[in-house]
Order: sequence, then C-alpha cells, then structure tokens
Amino acid sequence: MTTSSPHLGTSNSVSRLMLHVGYALLPGIATYIWLFGPGLLVHILLACATALVAEAAALALRGRPVMPALMDSSAILTAVLLTLAIPPLAPWWLTVLGVSFAILFGKHLYGGLGYNPFNPAMLGYAMLLISFPLEMTRWPAPLSLLEQAPSLNDSIALIFANGVSVDAISAATPLDALKTQMALGMDIPGTIASSEYSQLFGQLAGVGWESINLAFLLGGLYLLFTGRIAWQIPVAILSSIVLLAAGFHYLDPQHYASPELHLFGGATMLGAFFIATDPVSASTTPRGRIFYGIGIGVIIYAIRNWGGYPDGVAFAVLLMNMAVPMIDYFTRTRVFGEGK
Amino acid sequence: MSAGPRKLHRFHGGLQLDDHKSISNTLPVKAAGIPAQLILPLSQHIGAMAVPSVRTGERVLKGQRIASCDGYVSAPVHAPTSGTVVAISDRPIPHPSGLSAPCISIDTDGKDEWIEHQGHEDYASLDASELRNLIREAGIVGLGGAGFPTYIKLNPGARQINTLLLNGAECEPYITCDDMLMRERADEIISGMRIMQHALQARECVIGVEDNKVEAFAALRNAIGTAQDIELVRVPTRYPAGGEKQLIYTLTGKQVPSHGLPLDIGMVCHNVGTAAAVYRAIVKGEPLLSRIVTLTGSGIPQPRNLEVLLGTPIKDLLAQVHGDTNKSGKLIMGGPMMGFEILHAEAPVIKTTNCLLAWHPRDVEEPPAALPCIRCGECAEVCPVLLLPQQLYWHAQAREFDNVQDYHLFDCIECGCCSYVCPSHIPLVQYYRFAKTEIWQQERDKEKSDAARQRHEVRLERLEREKREKKERHARKAASLQKKGTDSDTEKADPKKAAIMAALERVQKKKQQAPVEPQNIEHLTEAQQREIDDINARRASAHKQDEEPS
Repeated sequence: MTTSSPHLGTSNSVSRLMLHVGYALLPGIATYIWLFGPGLLVHILLACATALVAEAAALALRGRPVMPALMDSSAILTAVLLTLAIPPLAPWWLTVLGVSFAILFGKHLYGGLGYNPFNPAMLGYAMLLISFPLEMTRWPAPLSLLEQAPSLNDSIALIFANGVSVDAISAATPLDALKTQMALGMDIPGTIASSEYSQLFGQLAGVGWESINLAFLLGGLYLLFTGRIAWQIPVAILSSIVLLAAGFHYLDPQHYASPELHLFGGATMLGAFFIATDPVSASTTPRGRIFYGIGIGVIIYAIRNWGGYPDGVAFAVLLMNMAVPMIDYFTRTRVFGEGK
Repeated sequence: MSAGPRKLHRFHGGLQLDDHKSISNTLPVKAAGIPAQLILPLSQHIGAMAVPSVRTGERVLKGQRIASCDGYVSAPVHAPTSGTVVAISDRPIPHPSGLSAPCISIDTDGKDEWIEHQGHEDYASLDASELRNLIREAGIVGLGGAGFPTYIKLNPGARQINTLLLNGAECEPYITCDDMLMRERADEIISGMRIMQHALQARECVIGVEDNKVEAFAALRNAIGTAQDIELVRVPTRYPAGGEKQLIYTLTGKQVPSHGLPLDIGMVCHNVGTAAAVYRAIVKGEPLLSRIVTLTGSGIPQPRNLEVLLGTPIKDLLAQVHGDTNKSGKLIMGGPMMGFEILHAEAPVIKTTNCLLAWHPRDVEEPPAALPCIRCGECAEVCPVLLLPQQLYWHAQAREFDNVQDYHLFDCIECGCCSYVCPSHIPLVQYYRFAKTEIWQQERDKEKSDAARQRHEVRLERLEREKREKKERHARKAASLQKKGTDSDTEKADPKKAAIMAALERVQKKKQQAPVEPQNIEHLTEAQQREIDDINARRASAHKQDEEPS
C-alpha cells in the first residue's frame, strides 16, 4: 500500500486544537471560581465524566472505535462550555441531563464530531433553559456580595442535596435585573442607581461578570493571535454588538444599556470567542464568517432588548447555525484565475 | 536590470516549509556513468506514447532516435548511449500506479559512441518553426516535473507573447537539481532562454528564483552580464512559489484564467532545466539524453546531485550514493509535497525525474489515522488557488461530482498544502485525485456507451433483417418442399447454412471480448463478405474511440 502525497504533515491535530481551546478557557474558569465559589468546579468534573460516558456509549452503540474519539477532547470541551452556562449551584442532574443531551442528541444523532449542524453545548443549554427555567436562572450572587461564602463542602451539599434551596445566596444577574425592572416600567439609570440593584453593577457591567468576561477575552485573544480560531467571527460579533448598543444607547440612554454593559455583561465574550467559533457548526468561508458573526451579534442584541430572555447567546448561535449552509453557499471564494 | 525593482505580488495561502536543501547542494553535480542496462519507457511525457522505431537486437548509437512521436502531443525517445536493443516489453516504470508500461531496454556497450549530429551555433538564422521542429525532434519536455512537450509551449500561434518566464523557483523542499543547474550551467540556461525568446518573439524575459538560492542567483546574474532585456528576480521562498500560475502571479500580478493557459495572458513559462536542454538541442545538436537528479533524504548516506542518463535504473543510482534498496524505507520520486512513492527500485529515471527522496526506515511514519473534518478552514487559508478544500472533500467523499466541479476541482494543482495543515489528517489531495479520475472515467464511459449504443442499434437492425430473410427463405423452401410432399426440419434441411450461422455467432461473441483473427472466412458468399467488411469497419472505429487518450 503506497501513501499519497504530500508525504509531510504538521504536528497539528484536532486534539491539540481542542486542548488549546481548553487552556484558553482557564483564566475565565479560574476567575469564575474565584468570584463565585467552587460550585463550578464540581459541575465541570461532573460534566466531564458524563460527557466521556455518553460519548463512549454513543460510539459503542454506533459501532465506531471509541478511543480515538475520546482522545480528541471534543466531548470534554462541549461539557465544559455547557457547564459555564449553567448556574454553578444548580442541582447535579441538570448538568448530567444537559451534557448527555448535548452529546447524544446534539452530536451523535447527527453522525458525531464534524457532522453536527448545531453547536452541541448550546443545544444542551437551550433544552435545559426551556425545560427547567427556574433552575437555569437561579444564579448565585458574587461572593463579594455575600456575608458568608459557600465553601466547597457547602457547594457539594447544595448541588447534590436535592430540594435544598439556594435562594438565600442567589441574586439577579445584571442583565436579568435590567430586564425585570424595565418590564416594571423602570428605566436603566434608575435601576442601576436603585438601592436594591446598585451593588450588582460594578465598574463596567456588573460585579463578577465583568471580570469573568475580561478573563474570557484574554483567553480568546490568545486563540485569536495563535490562529486557532477564525478572527472574523469574534470581531464581527463584538463590533456588531458595540455598534448597535452604542447607537441605541446614544438615541435613548434611558431604555438602552451602554455598549460596555453589553460587551462585558452576560455571556458575550464566552460566546464570541469560544462558542460561536466552534468550527463544526460555524460558517467556513472567510466572508461567510463575517456574516455569521454579524448575525449572531444582531440576534444577541435583539434578544437582550426585545426578546423574552435576559441573554441570547445560545439562541443567536443556534439560529445562525441553521443559516450556515446558505451563508457558505453564497459566500464561496472566487478562485484564482476567475478574475477579480 | 530594468528601470526599477519589479513589484512582486503575494499569492494567497502557501506554506513556509523547512527547505532541507543544504543536504544535497553542497557537492558539485557528478556524472552517474553508464549502467549495464538502460530502460526507456515510451511514455516519459504528457501525451501520446512514442512508437518504437528500432527492433530487438538492433545496435543503436548514442543520440539515435529509438521511438518517434505519435501525434501532436507526444515526444520521441533517444538512446542515451550506444548499445543493443534487447527488449521492447512492459517493465516497471516510475508512476503513482506502480504499474508496468512498454519500455525499450538497451544493453549498453560502454563505448558511448555518438550518432552523427550537428548543432546550429547561429540559431538566430533559424525561424521559429525550424527551432520548434528541432526541439520536438530532440524529445524535450518540461523538465520541472510535468513533462509537457516543450515545442508546443513555444508555439503561440497568432498570439503575441509579452513575457517569457523561466522558473527557477524550485519551491519544493529537498529538491536541488535546478539549484545546481543554475549554479553550474547558468550560461546554458541563458542561451536556452535566448533561443526560446527568439522562437516566441517575446518582448521581455524574466527569471524567477526563490530567495533561498543565493549562489544560483549570483551565477545567473553573472551569466546575464550586462544584458538589459533579461530580468532576474528574487521571489520570496514560500511553497508553492514555483507553481507556474503562482510564479506568473508573483512576478507579474496577472492571473492565468481558470481552465486557461499562460498563453491566454500573453505569457509562456518554462523551467530552467528545459531552457538548458533547448540550448543543447539547438546549439550542440544533442537530443535530451540525460538530466540532473537530486538524491537526498535520510535514507541516502551521501546525498548529492547526479547527471543521470535517462533510463538508468533507480537502484543503480542509489548504489552510487550508498543507499540501501533492501531496507524498507520509503522511496519517493519528486519532492515530499507532490512526489509519489516508488515501489520498484528497478524502475528507471525518466525525463521528469527531478529528485529521488529516500527516507530511512526510522523516519517513515505511518500516516496518522484520519479523523472527521471539523471544518476549521485551515485548508482554505493555505490554498494558493483559493479553493474551499473542505467543501471539495465533502462532495468528493459523497461522490457528488457535479458539485465538486462547481467548487472548481479542476483548478486544484495538487500542491498538498491543505493535506499538510489538516488537523484531522485527512488525505485531501487523494480525494481530489480520486474525484478527478472518476470524472475522467465517467466521461470516457459516456463516450464508450454512446459508441456501444450505436453499435447495438446497427446490430439489432442486422438481426432483424437476417430474421426476415431467413423467414422468407424458409417460406420459399417450405413451399418447394410441400410440392415434393416432404416434411422435414428446416435446420436439418440446410446443415451448411446452420453451420455458417453458428460460426458467425461465435465470431460475434469473440468480437465483444477482444480482437481476434477472423475464422471461417473461406467460401463466403459475396453478401456475407460485404457484411463482414461492414462489421470490421465499425469495429475499427469503435476501437479507435476506446483507445483515444484521456
């Protein structure tokens, strides 16, 4: 059996790519744990274990070799990304259910890695959000706002002891607070200044959240400058959000939050650098990626302002995933020699 | 040499590769000598296979033509030294398929006795068509690797040629044969270029050399001297800068149209080695008998360049550089990016053999198992043709050949950049080759099936007619028999007729499989003879269609 040219190749590999995305997530995860307690860590471990079991089971059922696919770390990455979207003190079964759904339905039902049209983590998240809205929106307050921070043991107890309420330490996220207050007729400056919510809004976009977003931005820039993600996608998402937010905020600051709140609040950075850039479900042509990113940015902004949810990264990504085949078709490159 | 430095254009994608050139370019080119036997494939070029013009047992002289052109796109073959033709038979040839093909084998006599030959010092006194004829007769084909007959590329027809480019980029890692040629025979290259310029009436001449070949550049500069009409340009070292379309773009900023030729934009591009061969053919009157071959790689203890007689078995060359053919390393003809693996070391060096790359067994790695495509798009980023390799792969894998062509499969130059960077280690180029071959095959099949349908229709018509005639005969016979009051089986009644029909049917059957010697053709009626002639004519035209080159 002869081999075909080229007879050289890079040491680049899928698992190495996934690994570097994992490294890039570390600053964000560390900041998250630092500011919101160790609950996230428990969920990540749980999610990884679930992902590996679900992946192995799916591969075995499909009669595919198990080890190479497990080694590529893509299942782990899906698990971690989904976990970052689940409240860190949510009950354990939420993570197990979400991750299993993401791997089995989001990925293997379509044929496994490379064949899924939707971002599996976001599919898992959307399923959880729609099915368990209460559990999925009970975010804990940042530790700095709590009188007593939950320890690792407390977190484990809260996660695994079903029925124990985490109400005592939960609080609205900044985007949440804006949404509910606006629905009650308040305006944005009023909400931020109010005694009930003023402590939530930090320097930029909310205590805790702004730091996490900055940490994810740091990791994202690492991926961007090492060429591991397509630059077009995050740039298009962030600039379209900034442009929209700046425009509306300029026209009506009472009802439209500032661009920095949109950039550093919610899941913006995580979404722009780590979720929307999932190559499998994203557009692949250079121009297509720009349209794809703009679409996500616009939908995120629309959902946040006019939709039913405080944040919209997951739905924006899923909606644009659907548009990818069409975007790719219409943004094919002009090949060499076809004229300019 | 012109007014200002030429503005260079950056082609899309490409790769920065370790060039590994210093392994083989430190020693001067050495003549490899005359092996005991030379094996000369009849097809060392793109186009129709040459037709042998010598017989087994015939003594041939160095430079004597032993096979001649068959058609326009073809090239003759010459005896690289004197000796005796010992066989005209199928032998292993250097080809990706690893198959054998017709070759002329010559047992050399060591005398190296030339046939009478004469050069034309004053090439300018010859007109373009005379030059092209001489170049065609010298068997010169593109020595950069493609092997397209050179004289065709020197025939612009009615088109005006603005620029004649010489390709001295040699962008693929490991290969240094052009580098060494430029260093050692820069004068021949420049003279060859002058001849080409004269044949094409090209307005300007440009030579592109990758900027990692400092000595070659200096040698060419020296050879050009003070001449004002040849521009020598350094191009950035980036694979595949030596691709014809990439080099033209780099040097002129013009894109050869998709599915087009450089001629379409008033340019012609030749390899530096081809230019040197043209010089030898015209000025010295020597046909293409040898070439420089790089022997390199970790499997070769003394890597260097050798001047090799065409037809020299690869194993003889490896022995000269102390390479071991028995070790199960990997032997590649060409470079690591576009070359192909050689399975038979007894296969010969041919006109397009620029490099023999041998890897020591310890350096031969099993290619990693291919994983699913994750659509990362790295392949599109490095593609010098701006294709979308992963879409091509997707459609090729699904055998959607219409879609593959929509995505410009036939613009792919198979440079291998996409496969090189693929994190899933998918042998992308292999899929493209597969798709191309399938499409060609489908086209051939269609032509064949059209011909077959035509044949079938004629046959049906004939059978119908025969049946009708038979019936009429039977009716007549029955009528005459009835008169006599006899009742017998018509088949038995005419055993001679039945035998002829059966024989015809056997012939018909055999004809489907292979052309055979006609049988049972004695004692035929005139009508039968006419019918057989008809059939033969159709068969001949059908065969011709089948055998048309792809």
